[in-house]
Amino acid sequence: MTIWQIILLASILVLGIKLVGYVVPPRVLETPTASRTAELTTVALLSALIVVQTIGDGQGVVIDARLPALGVAAVLFALRVPFILVIIGAAATAAGLRALGWQ
Amino acid sequence: MSLEAERRTAWRASLAVGLAVSAYGISFGALAVASGLTIAQACVLSLIMFSGGSQFALIGVLASGGVVAGPAAIAGATLLGLRNGLYAIRVSPIIGPGWAKRLLAGHLTIDESTAVATAQPTLAGQRVGFWATGAIIYIGWNLMTLLGAVLGDLLGDVRQFGLDAAAGAAFLGLVWPRLRALQPVAVAVGAAVVAAVLLPVLPQGVPVLVAALVAVVVGVPNLFAARLRAVEGGES
Repeated sequence: MTIWQIILLASILVLGIKLVGYVVPPRVLETPTASRTAELTTVALLSALIVVQTIGDGQGVVIDARLPALGVAAVLFALRVPFILVIIGAAATAAGLRALGWQ
Repeated sequence: MSLEAERRTAWRASLAVGLAVSAYGISFGALAVASGLTIAQACVLSLIMFSGGSQFALIGVLASGGVVAGPAAIAGATLLGLRNGLYAIRVSPIIGPGWAKRLLAGHLTIDESTAVATAQPTLAGQRVGFWATGAIIYIGWNLMTLLGAVLGDLLGDVRQFGLDAAAGAAFLGLVWPRLRALQPVAVAVGAAVVAAVLLPVLPQGVPVLVAALVAVVVGVPNLFAARLRAVEGGES
């Protein structure tokens, strides 16, 4: 697979799911179990992605400047700082630690 | 409230949400390029996929696993996009008939357009909320993706600027508003532990997919839900 094939296939699948939602009769999928599990799937995936992005290193684990950066992001989100500023704050934390010689 | 006032209220909500969300398209563009995508590839993702969580997930897996992790990256992005299908079912009656209109609405069906639409009290407000939020974010998100990708391309070494750390923060921002009850918190913690344990053992991208099963394990039997009701209002 090339990157382009991956991008196009994934894009078509994600767009397709949206369109399917406009064709199915509302009662088919809107059971409490289905909507609850779908919402929780989003939470599980995002949470797992945080872990992979923060301590993942290829097929392995490494603790580096990304972990304190995530901690700063958590504090900023708790303080209701806007999304884009939190992202900048997290990046600046990692960049600062690395400039000081930390991994 | 008059029809005009309802529409104005919906417009204001759309504008506030739309501009805030569009702004972080810049971080997607920069991260996409940092993950090894070209500027054009980053822009195509925002144009066609147009779903922040799925887009970040795809480039996240590609960044660590490369093209080999393609199937896992596609699966992760698709699973994250499942909720859009449920949103579509919810907003479908707001959109009304007409296949061209529904096709366009389908493309614009995301967290924010659904949230703003369903938060409006009347049908007129819901329509304005959906279309205005969807259109503002579609235009803003794509322009900011392009800007971010160009800037990311100019920056070069992304680690030096901490951009690799920004990805985790971006996912945290997406999951944060969903953690208002015990059940999602339990799922988030469980999925994080599963992912961390499996990270050194399984091929790249796969730990995330296995961690998603935590949602099924908790969601289908509806675990951790009863205790929350007791905490919230004492009704069982």
